Amino acid sequence: MLARRQALRLALAGLRCKIAGTRINAQLGKVAILSSTNTQDLGRIQCRRCLSTTSSMRAQQTPATVDLKKPAESEGAEGGIYQAKEAKPILKEPLAKNLFLGKLNPEFLVYPEVSKEELEFLTELVKPIEKFFTQLDSKSIDEKAKIPDDVLQQLKDLGLFGLQIPEEYGGLNLDATGFARICEVTSLDGAIAVTLAAHQSIGLKGILIAGNDEQKQKYLPELATGEKVAAFCLTEPSSGSDAASIQTKATLSEDGQTFYLNGGKIWISNGGIADVFTVFAKTEVTTPEGEIQDKVTAFIVERNFGGITHGKPEDKLGIRGSNTCEVHFDNTPVPIENVLGEVGGGFKIAMRILNSGRFSMGSSGAGFLKVLINLTSEHATSRAQFGKKLSEFGLIQEKFSKLAVITYAMESMAYLTAGTLDSYDDPDMSVEAAMVKIFSSEGCWLCVSECLQVLGGLGYMKDYPYERYLRDTRILLIFEGTNEILRLFVALQGVQHAGKTMKELLKKLRNPLNNPSLMFKAAWRRSRGKSVIGPEVLKLEGEVHPELEQEAKILDQGIVAFGGAVEDVLSEFGNKVVHEQMKLRRLADICIDLFAMIACISRSSRSICIGLRNADHEILLTRAFCYEADQRIKRNLYELQPSKKVKKEIDDIHRQIADSIFKQNGYAAEHPLARNY
Amino acid sequence: MSGLRVIVGCKRVIDYAVKIRVKPDKTGVITDGVKHSMNPFDEIAVEEAVRMKEKKLASEVIAVSCGPIQCQETLRTAMAMGADKSIHVEVDAATYENLQPLHVAKILSKVAQEEKADIVFTGKQAIDDDCNQTGQMVAALLDWPQATFASKIEKANGELTVTREIDGGLETIKVQVPAVLTADLRLNEPRYATLPNIMKAKKKPMAKKKPADYGVDVGPRQSILKVEDPPVRQAGSKLDSVETLVTKLRDAGLVPS
Repeated sequence: MLARRQALRLALAGLRCKIAGTRINAQLGKVAILSSTNTQDLGRIQCRRCLSTTSSMRAQQTPATVDLKKPAESEGAEGGIYQAKEAKPILKEPLAKNLFLGKLNPEFLVYPEVSKEELEFLTELVKPIEKFFTQLDSKSIDEKAKIPDDVLQQLKDLGLFGLQIPEEYGGLNLDATGFARICEVTSLDGAIAVTLAAHQSIGLKGILIAGNDEQKQKYLPELATGEKVAAFCLTEPSSGSDAASIQTKATLSEDGQTFYLNGGKIWISNGGIADVFTVFAKTEVTTPEGEIQDKVTAFIVERNFGGITHGKPEDKLGIRGSNTCEVHFDNTPVPIENVLGEVGGGFKIAMRILNSGRFSMGSSGAGFLKVLINLTSEHATSRAQFGKKLSEFGLIQEKFSKLAVITYAMESMAYLTAGTLDSYDDPDMSVEAAMVKIFSSEGCWLCVSECLQVLGGLGYMKDYPYERYLRDTRILLIFEGTNEILRLFVALQGVQHAGKTMKELLKKLRNPLNNPSLMFKAAWRRSRGKSVIGPEVLKLEGEVHPELEQEAKILDQGIVAFGGAVEDVLSEFGNKVVHEQMKLRRLADICIDLFAMIACISRSSRSICIGLRNADHEILLTRAFCYEADQRIKRNLYELQPSKKVKKEIDDIHRQIADSIFKQNGYAAEHPLARNY
Repeated sequence: MSGLRVIVGCKRVIDYAVKIRVKPDKTGVITDGVKHSMNPFDEIAVEEAVRMKEKKLASEVIAVSCGPIQCQETLRTAMAMGADKSIHVEVDAATYENLQPLHVAKILSKVAQEEKADIVFTGKQAIDDDCNQTGQMVAALLDWPQATFASKIEKANGELTVTREIDGGLETIKVQVPAVLTADLRLNEPRYATLPNIMKAKKKPMAKKKPADYGVDVGPRQSILKVEDPPVRQAGSKLDSVETLVTKLRDAGLVPS
């Protein structure tokens, strides 16, 4: 796909721009557009560069950025799901983590593409699923809190249970982009989407990414057809976000051939209908130093191993059709052949499983939001009050704009992440995926609420789907890693990466008298809000279509200032930054806004360059998003300033307030009517 | 009679659920960026043909579509439902605007002859033009018997027994093979194309042809003068007596005074 990106740029220098009605003068990889006739409102466009051909040249000139690896024969447990058909380069420079250093590889401003054939194929795949989902009675699934057996069977027959399983085991072998595309449609019914996700995004994912050939051969075929359903068993009553503290135990038998599982898991999706469970339990492991420690191990457990019971389905606020229950293991015998990966390596596997499916929340969110926006806009254009249609009122227009902007950002981020996952050889996109999840879950919750608001009283009625979508969406902020934990993850991963690079610099910065010239540079840079280690300016406007020059500048300034803020935070707190959650939250929020801007700018730049329909609308969406993101980033940067600069930090105030509340066991202010005498 | 070769005509039309909008220049309806799918009656025909194959009445099902390059999507759906192969007769978008059932019927007849088909199956009519002509014209061109508006098809003693939906009710006729059949709504409920079948359909052959290959001239015989929305319905009014009604009718000049 990287080769395709480069080919795209060079091809665009010729063909497509001609079709779009512009004259191209390609010189030395630079593309000059002399006049444009395709977008009526934009008139004559003069630009020096369109479609970053320079980054392709950069990639060719610096082989350090691109490392070609031999395909297919990837090592053991690291072997990715994404079977490389051709040699895939290794992602050398991370996207999100480098933002913490105030850097961005302009390569990431080229929005990923799929080939025409792939796009046609995906469009075909989506049609029957769309048809099926639009004819579903989601209301009754929600009311009865059950997905009817025949509907479940139809989902299996449609092939939806094996989307990412390789073809040789009976699956569809979809890559990240294909999977994201299908998720756009399956999200139309929340309960079904979660049932499918619990089965394949987490339930059987462990076997896909960490299973050996025997395990894959034994379990995947039946899981692909849905004959057997899978579930992911990690959470326990005392271990939610703190997954490493689980207490379910797996004790090895005398003869070393069987593990005996004992413990209880809660809130297991598909717990009542699954036959194959990926269970995480603590096992005794002897470290090389001879110590005995309890470490997490992952197991593939079949229901027919015995000793497995499940509780009644939980009565939930939303996704009520999805089966969620307790699962108990009472001396369940598990043969050692069913250990997934290595004994003691379960925690890493759990994290890899959860990381791998996260990005699809962006596309699944955007999928159902688009349907809701269509329904809501039809209402707004037909309902009249005060003699005018709702669509003529400013507040309604503002709402719809916000809806479209958030949806646009969500899907742009999702497909940017998916495309990068597919273009490189098993790249680490865990931070980007976490950001997509945070943004999408909160975006969906906000947008569904606004859509309901547009309908007013009607939106509140069960006859309309809005209240069901609202209830279904609430879980998005909680499961698959709560947004709070993920924000800390994003911030800490980034800060750790920055810290490694900055170690030397930070040592010097803490010793001002020994490095006077550095102190001058630092003071000069800092006075302008820029980082010391990162570049002064990234000149990103040269990488995108000139229509987006302002937005690229906003992004540029944001990234550079962010690098400075990270430096400040690390200088002030060092390793103790782990405890500064309120600061970390702001870092994460800035990073999310930057990532979203990158996705929107690169996507709309591509759209206008290749002349997609309504490309000027996309420019407006990006413009609106960048404006708001800029405001949020500025606010967060202000609040991140070192305590010496900002008098009476708001964070201290928050802490003191919270302290009082907990001391008084509740709301601490006296009643408004209280008297002192 | 075992092993009938069935040709199914599939037309790509604007999806039934889409709100149709007339182009501002009134030359047609907006098709750009609008969702298209296979004509629902053709879907029913494909489904019936595939069921005949499953019942071993038919040996091969070939889907045919005439039109621009996007018709290939429709053919792939047909193959995902179970057709063995397909033929795309390519007609460029401009010519397609004026393509009439007679042109399509001529093409289908030639395809049927070339493929040595025993049955030509189509939907009873397309939901965009509602012509209800193609099947009947094919039968006339090939001099084959026709069983149109089929709601049930059975085989008995080398003949097909077809129940037809007609204005007066149901009519059952026997036709000899080769024959032309057109599908009506209650013939069957088309299956969903499953994702594994869509993947298998990628490997099925799709032949690409042009009308000239069959010696058919698809030049326009008609030109569209104007396309516009139906007039907005005027509200009616309730009257309180017969006399008032008669007066109103007389005033409107609808009744001789």
